[in-house]
Amino acid sequence: MAKSQVSLTVNGKAVEALVEPRTLLIHFLREQLSLTGPHIGCETSHCGACTVDLDGKSVKSCTMFAVQANGADVRTIEGMANADGTLHALQEGFREMHGLQCGFCTPGMIMRAYRLLQENKSPSEEEIRFGIAGNLCRCTGYQNIVKAIQYAAAKLNGVPFREAAE
Amino acid sequence: MIPGAFAYHRPKSVSEAVAMLADLGEEARPLAGGHSLIPMMKLRIAAPEHLIDLGGIGDLRGIRADGADIVIGAMTTQHELIGSDLLSAKLPILRETALVIADPQVRYVGTLGGNVANGDPGNDMPAVMLCLGASYHVTGKGGERRIASREFYHGAYFTALEPGEIVTAIRIPVPPAGHGCAYQKLKRKVGDYATAAAAVVLTVSGTGDVGSCSIGLTNVAETPLWAEDAAKTLVGSKLDAATVKKAVAAAEAITSPASDRRGSPQYRTKMAGVMLARALARARERARA
Repeated sequence: MAKSQVSLTVNGKAVEALVEPRTLLIHFLREQLSLTGPHIGCETSHCGACTVDLDGKSVKSCTMFAVQANGADVRTIEGMANADGTLHALQEGFREMHGLQCGFCTPGMIMRAYRLLQENKSPSEEEIRFGIAGNLCRCTGYQNIVKAIQYAAAKLNGVPFREAAE
Repeated sequence: MIPGAFAYHRPKSVSEAVAMLADLGEEARPLAGGHSLIPMMKLRIAAPEHLIDLGGIGDLRGIRADGADIVIGAMTTQHELIGSDLLSAKLPILRETALVIADPQVRYVGTLGGNVANGDPGNDMPAVMLCLGASYHVTGKGGERRIASREFYHGAYFTALEPGEIVTAIRIPVPPAGHGCAYQKLKRKVGDYATAAAAVVLTVSGTGDVGSCSIGLTNVAETPLWAEDAAKTLVGSKLDAATVKKAVAAAEAITSPASDRRGSPQYRTKMAGVMLARALARARERARA
């Protein structure tokens, strides 16, 4: 099958590539661009480990063809750290709040949380849980993931983070 | 899981898309949000030779008032429905329903047109469309036509669409101001299809009597169901317990759910009744004379 030319922006850099139409975005990112942060978990659009940010939306890159991302602006976990190499508030939050154990879901969690905080700068705990409902974690029980996102929201808003009483 | 090979097409207009579908024949499939089709292609249950991506057609997006109706472009996403002030004001049942479909990532991409046109009995919007009396704008090589949602669903994945036709917009008559509505869905977990769900739109008079009522049911038959007799039972009543019980029995009587991991047919029928009773109560609370 003839390959298609795609031009897109990935983590701020222009990318031009030839892809087979059937190439899923997750395979394009991981295998052609060597961006292995987005993970292949369930492959059935349930787990959210492959979540990336695409034109202001959180999308599951296992359920989209790379050709559909032609012209898009894509961001993966590799594009999250600040330009000076320091961690993004969400990355710092996941570290500080122990928001991961095995870490497999973390890139997808952070990319989803990034878009959630873009849309809602001070989400309630309930809004965070609803907002990350498309991302599965099998280790943490979500408590510390919620805290990590609350930590990041506080930091981005320039207010002190206060952990809710258990 | 890698889909079979296909050729990708991205038309810029509805007429171009329809011409492609006509030329390429039955090996071509239109692609909307892709969250039903792409998983099927990964499993190789679907293996189209040509995909016609409707994502580049601007005319298929947007939500607008048109006289007494609201018209929603078929490629409008669930996320866009949730964020629409016009819908929140005039058709709040759409927002309530969209919020219980799948998960945030799927809602950013999944479309209203795909949800109603696919004919999957598990999809939530079709029963809401039956409840609201919506119609679908459809275009094929023979031109445009409108199909009433209540005549659209013939069986699981069988609809009134002819080969080569696509749904371009959904037209919904706006219910009267002060109407009450609710969509109540029982599901096992986030992202699941309904074990059973019920949509209700009703109006009440100054004396508290039900003036009009319409009911749709999700995933308790091969097609979404419009529970006309159940709704008629309620008109003129004050939604007293005895009348609600009769309506629930009338709704349960038209279901024929499949047995699956969501439960036995008997259980799912009863849950349809429970969802209906809850949706009626919620819609009544929200209605103003």
